[in-house]
Amino acid sequence: MRQQVIISGLGGQGALTLTRLLAEAAAAAGEEVITSETHGMAQRGGTVISMVKVGPFRGPLIPAGEADVGLFLHSQGLAAHRHFLRPGGAVFVNTATAGDYQALDAWTIAAGLGLHPVSANLILLGYAADRGALFAPTALLEETIATHTPERFRETSLTAFRAGVGAAGE
Amino acid sequence: MKADVASRILMGNEALARGLIESGCSLAASYPGTPASEILPAMVAFARETGVSLHSEWSVNEKVAYEVALANSMAGRRSAVIMKQVGLNVASDPFLRSAYLGVEGGLIVAVADDPGPHSSQTEQDSRFFAMLAKVPVFDPASPRQAKEMAAPAYALSEKYQIPVLLRPTTRVCHARQNIQLAPPEGLERPARFVKDPGRWCATPQFLRGLHRQLNDKLARIAADPEYAPVLTPGDGSRPGTAIVASGVAFSHTWDLLESLGLLGRIDIYQVILPYPLSGDFIRKIQLDYKRVLVLEETYPVIELQLRRADLIGRLSGEVPGEGELTPEVVRGVLERFLDLPAHTAVSAPAGGGVRPTLCAGCGHRAAFYAIRQTFPEGIFPGDIGCYTLGMNLGAVDTVHCMGAGISQAAGFSYAYGAGAGEAPAIVATIGDSTFYHAGIPALVNAVFQEARFITVILDNATTAMTGHQPTPQTGPTASGGAGAPVSLAGLVRACGVRFLRECDPYEIGVMSDLLREADLFCRDPEGGVAVIIARHPCLLDKAAGAFQARRRVEVTEACIACHHCLEEFECPALVLDEATGQVRVDEVRCVGCGVCVAVCPAGAIEAVSREP
Repeated sequence: MRQQVIISGLGGQGALTLTRLLAEAAAAAGEEVITSETHGMAQRGGTVISMVKVGPFRGPLIPAGEADVGLFLHSQGLAAHRHFLRPGGAVFVNTATAGDYQALDAWTIAAGLGLHPVSANLILLGYAADRGALFAPTALLEETIATHTPERFRETSLTAFRAGVGAAGE
Repeated sequence: MKADVASRILMGNEALARGLIESGCSLAASYPGTPASEILPAMVAFARETGVSLHSEWSVNEKVAYEVALANSMAGRRSAVIMKQVGLNVASDPFLRSAYLGVEGGLIVAVADDPGPHSSQTEQDSRFFAMLAKVPVFDPASPRQAKEMAAPAYALSEKYQIPVLLRPTTRVCHARQNIQLAPPEGLERPARFVKDPGRWCATPQFLRGLHRQLNDKLARIAADPEYAPVLTPGDGSRPGTAIVASGVAFSHTWDLLESLGLLGRIDIYQVILPYPLSGDFIRKIQLDYKRVLVLEETYPVIELQLRRADLIGRLSGEVPGEGELTPEVVRGVLERFLDLPAHTAVSAPAGGGVRPTLCAGCGHRAAFYAIRQTFPEGIFPGDIGCYTLGMNLGAVDTVHCMGAGISQAAGFSYAYGAGAGEAPAIVATIGDSTFYHAGIPALVNAVFQEARFITVILDNATTAMTGHQPTPQTGPTASGGAGAPVSLAGLVRACGVRFLRECDPYEIGVMSDLLREADLFCRDPEGGVAVIIARHPCLLDKAAGAFQARRRVEVTEACIACHHCLEEFECPALVLDEATGQVRVDEVRCVGCGVCVAVCPAGAIEAVSREP
């Protein structure tokens, strides 16, 4: 099984959390995995991209035009990072605005559940998983979240993920 | 990190750290620097987890770190010294000498390169430095290899009694991969230093013999099949053609060949030990192939040793001579080398992105503002750290290398002092950690040579840009002990400075007064170098942040839209309201420091205490 996923967001949106969860899910499924992150300007509010490569890849970077899936935690990331997707790749965007992608207003869902806006990351992940876009089924991802989230965030993380799984898009 | 798991997802730096611990490293000394900073803390954590004994330290600089590690090796124990590539410049004196004298216990010099660069002063190639030093160098292509190379590196180091460089790059250091763990080798090695002045003191009469031994070692390593490049042969469909690659460039090439359907069609070599390059391999490349492409970062180290005039690589111009070899760049090179149809270039959009700036509430911003407002025509030699961002406020004019600001200030003071007319104010800035690293000799020299300038030591009680590593001012040590603190102000006085003041830069008015006083001292015939310690803890340090008052700050209707605060103070929490042209406070980013109150020329910013 091979899949290449990019995660785009602004610093503080929890892009790295998704990257690490996807990597742990891959490992739990017995797959090889290698990921990369952009460090640096996240503290200063810059756009960040991370990449998850599931399968026997050697390098941590995905060339432009080759990613299978893109998870965009902020629509601002589309301009900077959409070119990494291959033609026909699945693009999921946290936004209330419909467009040439699969949109989900994850912030509104988070607010409705009384969750911190950063939970939008797990909501979008659940949505993409439920659409069958990811290498991991929703059950595996849910188990990974349960295992790899600190106790004090576990309940809210699972709530957010499940909300994404059950959500209808824009 | 979780205990009792045989396989874990680790960052390259963590994997390298694990490899060192599993191979019996007993001492690790390091100075922080991106992309190497995570290695030492990971070693401390793994040592604690596995119960091995490890002396670990954030040394004041890389030269000191190297010498500390070297002595542990001289005593027969395995050591590691860890730094980024420009840190090797600082450690170069003991590094070059140690090749001649050799080691007893294995010594691994872990140096992280930064092709691009992403966050460094140069994109120099530490493998080339190893060639200069005559030290063998391993070039891992993935986090897994960074771990796997530790044991063979120690074995090589001890078999040939020579220090060994282990050189990951940013994309190895900060990538994560699933890694198998193993228990640490229990090496019982009490310290045993055997006196041998002809070796350990090696005065000139011994050096020719030691140099011959060194050359002999390199020849034997180059002939050792254990370190020869690894071939993945093609199926003959591309005869006479070979690709030679090392480091993460090899990994990119592998993945690209796979996606082009060419993996297994063409001979591809991974070079594990780029220097000294295997003699058999050199002959093979020279004689058995018609066309050879070499992909390596960042200088043509393998190319130069292959000594074949028609190589396709950096020397021939077909591989760019600067910048990172990203998969997009490698893909273009492969397409031309293999005569493939060119991929429609899908380029990244140009521009965009927010330029980096100091955090809201940073004491350095206040200090730079005070400096610039007090001396609008001043010259401001700066230095390396978060405070390099003083550039944005027009208060940093030069950034060269660690500690250079002070020496450059002295040089400027001689240059301007030699002329007629009044010299401009010269204000050097340097961080507290950088001062311990390299500032002391520069300051002693400036005092003795009677230079005339102001040094502001920006003391935020940490090494901030690289991840808040401790300094000798307050500690703690790398392993969490208290350490024996060394006073910053005491050091400044010991350097002979006769004008030393301390302040909190948040109090801009007070700091401006001190700067004027300092300037008078510099210009007084009986004066000299003046030092101001501007002290305010880094707010990203949670303990420091908790003690700070958080006020509610707002811009009132008195704002005249002069934009002085936006242009001269540049706090990310002060934003332009496009509709009115006035400024408002971004309440998410504002930390409530209230420094901007004194910045506004119209008195339009107010700060009130919050409810506790």
